Amino acid sequence: MPVFTGEVRRQLDELLTRYPTKMAALLPALWIVQRERGWVSDGGMTEVAELLELTPAYVKGVVTFYTMYHQHPVGKYFIQVCTTSPCGICGAEDVVKALLRHTNAGDLGLTSPDGRFTVIEVECLGACGFATPVMINEEFIESVTPEKVPDLLATLA
Amino acid sequence: MGYPNLPHQRETTVLSQYFGDAEARTLAGWKKRGGYKALEKALGMAPADIVNVVKESGLRGRGGAGFPTGMKWSFMKPGDGKPHYLCCNADESEPGTFKDRELMRWTPHALVEGCAIGAYAIGAETAYVYIRGEFTEPLHWMEEAVKEAYAAGIIGKNAMGSGKRIDVHVHKGAGAYICGEETALMNSLEGRRGNPRIKPPFPAVSGVFGMPTTINNVETLIAAAPILLNGADWYKKMSLSNPKSTGTKLFSVCGNVQRPGTYEVVMGFPFKEFLYDLCGGPAHGRKFKAVIPGGASVPIQTVEEAEATLMDYEGFVAQGSMLGSGGVIVIDDAQSMVSVIARIARFFAHESCAQCTQCREGTAWTTKIMERIRDGQGTTEDLDTLLDIADQMTGKTICVLSDSCAVPVVSGIKKFRGEFEALIQGRRFHPVVAAVA
Amino acid sequence: MADTKMVNLTIEGRKVSVPDGTTILEAAKTAGILIPHYCYHPGLPVAGVCRMCLVEVEKAPKLAPSCATTVAEGQVVSVYSEKSLDARKGVLEMLLINHPLDCPICDQSGECELQDYTYQEGREDSRYREPKRFNPAEDFGGDVIYVPNRCILCTRCVRFMEDVAHEPTLNVSERGDRAVIGKFEGKDLTHPWASNVVDLCPVGALLSKDFLNKARAWELDRTASICPNCTQGCNVTMETRENQLVRMRPRPNENVNAFFMCDWGRLNYRWMNEKNRAEQPMVKRGNALANTSWEAAITAAARSLNGKKVFVAASPMLSNEALFLLTQLMQGGSGAFRVTEGEEAPLPGVKDLALRRERAANVHGAEALGFKKTKDLLGGLQQGDVLVVAGEDLAGIDSSAVSRASEIVVVGSVLPDALAKVSVVLPIANFSEEEGTVTNLRGRVQRFTQARQAPGETRPSWLVLGDLLGALGKQSNFFLPSEVFARLASSNTAFAGLSYDTIGFKGLPLANASPGSGAPVAAGVA
Repeated sequence: MPVFTGEVRRQLDELLTRYPTKMAALLPALWIVQRERGWVSDGGMTEVAELLELTPAYVKGVVTFYTMYHQHPVGKYFIQVCTTSPCGICGAEDVVKALLRHTNAGDLGLTSPDGRFTVIEVECLGACGFATPVMINEEFIESVTPEKVPDLLATLA
Repeated sequence: MGYPNLPHQRETTVLSQYFGDAEARTLAGWKKRGGYKALEKALGMAPADIVNVVKESGLRGRGGAGFPTGMKWSFMKPGDGKPHYLCCNADESEPGTFKDRELMRWTPHALVEGCAIGAYAIGAETAYVYIRGEFTEPLHWMEEAVKEAYAAGIIGKNAMGSGKRIDVHVHKGAGAYICGEETALMNSLEGRRGNPRIKPPFPAVSGVFGMPTTINNVETLIAAAPILLNGADWYKKMSLSNPKSTGTKLFSVCGNVQRPGTYEVVMGFPFKEFLYDLCGGPAHGRKFKAVIPGGASVPIQTVEEAEATLMDYEGFVAQGSMLGSGGVIVIDDAQSMVSVIARIARFFAHESCAQCTQCREGTAWTTKIMERIRDGQGTTEDLDTLLDIADQMTGKTICVLSDSCAVPVVSGIKKFRGEFEALIQGRRFHPVVAAVA
Repeated sequence: MADTKMVNLTIEGRKVSVPDGTTILEAAKTAGILIPHYCYHPGLPVAGVCRMCLVEVEKAPKLAPSCATTVAEGQVVSVYSEKSLDARKGVLEMLLINHPLDCPICDQSGECELQDYTYQEGREDSRYREPKRFNPAEDFGGDVIYVPNRCILCTRCVRFMEDVAHEPTLNVSERGDRAVIGKFEGKDLTHPWASNVVDLCPVGALLSKDFLNKARAWELDRTASICPNCTQGCNVTMETRENQLVRMRPRPNENVNAFFMCDWGRLNYRWMNEKNRAEQPMVKRGNALANTSWEAAITAAARSLNGKKVFVAASPMLSNEALFLLTQLMQGGSGAFRVTEGEEAPLPGVKDLALRRERAANVHGAEALGFKKTKDLLGGLQQGDVLVVAGEDLAGIDSSAVSRASEIVVVGSVLPDALAKVSVVLPIANFSEEEGTVTNLRGRVQRFTQARQAPGETRPSWLVLGDLLGALGKQSNFFLPSEVFARLASSNTAFAGLSYDTIGFKGLPLANASPGSGAPVAAGVA
């Protein structure tokens, strides 16, 4: 089932007008694949490769370089917690522990049994003054503390 | 008091005056606040004149390198028949730094205006704003602002009726600190792995798509507008210590401090007063132990060094560190320096692009040794090995991520050796007991 | 040449003058200094990632990557200063911290650049106390195995596939110390030139399945030769162990094959180890062929050919020398050859380099010497001619055509099918067992030398044919193949002026060769 049909194809075509080369649309195209399918599969990479006149191996080399492209399906809510030093010294590790406990995900990188949550640690999210920032899919949440975790998770269906 | 707090009276809010002001984000709101007057003025000037004003002002790159902006713009040769490009580096990923995020989510039109001015000044018709993928809000507001600006004819094929074409495109990153390095940014923009390039050739000669390119930080580009409106002298006068450091700087303050946030002060501001007065000092019952004043890549300062510092490029160097990105990480006496440095090393090991041997292997090796020391399994030989590895990682690679990993290790061992040795000798780290009341 | 601006600099105290734009690393080569390096290769675009080639340049604040830094007037470069040595020692230490102690089982041992430089300049010990990174070996398809644990991420393989083969099937995957070379699931390394990555790999990370565990590098005898498998004439090194060819690898030649050879040619060496051979001279006695001495066989052959019109069915694998002497036997007759064909497979990143359709080494030499290329090998054989079968096995040839011959003299390494009218068999060495020259499709004459001992009583082709001509009263003795070539050069205008000395091991074009034949390659082809 191709990703780039109809309106989605039109979006790619518009993107292509912004750059002098097709290759430059690679990162944006991969974002579209992830938006549409939730992750970037081998099939997605092959489709993008064909459209942009690249090889699948080349596309894969790019995908594996960047941490935000998922190369396998993740929980419905992909939770990323910053634990780099500025947040680390403000209790980020405790936020991680609280999230793992309350989501029942078991361990970092694993998906909870109900398929809703995957929790990972990430590097500096660029909101250090609002420790601890947490991203849930595309949503960016500032100033998360262990105490706020249960309420935060309660808002997620 | 630095956003998200209200401005402190000793701040000088030029770029940050609309932080928290939701209306400033729309075109109508921005125009009400004097927006796009600078661009209008710029489009009526010759590009070379704009470059001269910026040169005169003493504006230096606000991303961390501190390179004189006017001089960088002057490297773009006009009339060479090649398309020129402006890249705005909005990849802000240096631990401790979060000022560009604020600038983009509160004053996105300021950045559109800054990009337009910069593009026009360097003879570019296309500007790409490379925003890190995690910056959901900045991405949203920048996309909106660009849309509004196109709809109003401010940018596009006839920018503000000037007959000049200026295109601004937002480009979303995908999770790589190294893409904040200017040549890696260009590679990433081109659809490649974010590997830094060897210089020469320099971007102004052969940059993105092989064409002459200038890469500027968000704060730098936004600063161009008030400089054009108020004049170079106005900017130069804002300098409390060294005439080579002019204007205001946004400092992102985080860590163990009462009021973390984004502060804007004049260059040369006394750091001691900044930390204790503006930022509110340490948490109740705690004392400061160390400060990393410019993002994780700059040397760690002892409290004594920090308290003696005047906040500008030369001032930080004089006190054993660097201004860098202005990301101030404050560490109190509850923290283990070894843990902090081990986590910073892990950061760099995660972000290494893997091209250069010393970085690819050295960042990971450093991390492993640091974590072993942190966990009580270190030996005295480890300290010598760490310093040796740090020496091999310095000055020998394509970019300075490698050097950046070495810096906290070297400054940490030099200034906090006691904590390393204690752990090696088997004494577990205990935070200093907080004073009561 | 007057237009080339020259730059003068000093490297390790030696004064060097090179064209503007030359890198320090290449300039050092002209001074006889090889700066240690991994990722740099003159046939690939510069990467500058291994950091092994850092050198100290006077007055420069940092060490310079010599593969990526162009020379400047008056530069003073130190390759062996304390700083340079220390930097290299550091790189070697870093490369070894995750490198497995595989030397005892690694094919690369003995021809490994990590071994070589570590022995020369590395540490005696390791300071690494942590667990080593581990990834399992991977079959990349084609002839190539990838062993990630040994990989130093020089990216030569990636750059070869992208910039020379024009098929980016290899990538660098992941980041930091997790990085490995990768390919895409289902897209294997089946490119016709892919095995060059095994040569390019400085360590034992990319290995040839064909060569896996077959021999130790130090057991190999190496000879300069030409790949006999098509008309491109790639320069090769033939490598043998106990007189068996175990590997062929490309030898650099900027006018023929740059640094590369195709997989078909590379892996098609086993036929030269052929065992089913004619090893004894034979003469017909009664109804059967019987072994005999060389003298008797030559005499018998001369008797068969004397005064007769001769048709030569030759092989395009024979050398110029052998084919030339065969023409002297024709006595008014003629000669022809046939050649098997296959798909052409170019290497797009190198000018005029391809696996050629015609799959034999000396098609053009044969044509230059007057042999007719034909699909009907014996079409020119007339009733009553003596048929000389030289190097051909006559497979698939119609026996009615063969029957037109009055008798057959075989000069070859294998016995042909149609034996009924064979009166003499003169067994000769095959391509790997003798010395000579062949001419490639662009008219380039190139020397090949003896890589293996010929079996049994076989003799070099040019020696046998020379003796035969002598027995026919036609010439003086040839003691060396170069003497045969000299006679050829003096009697054939295309070959005029050439000699083994001038041809050397880079070859020279025939007088009427197409101009500009060759592959432009960066300076530094040894």
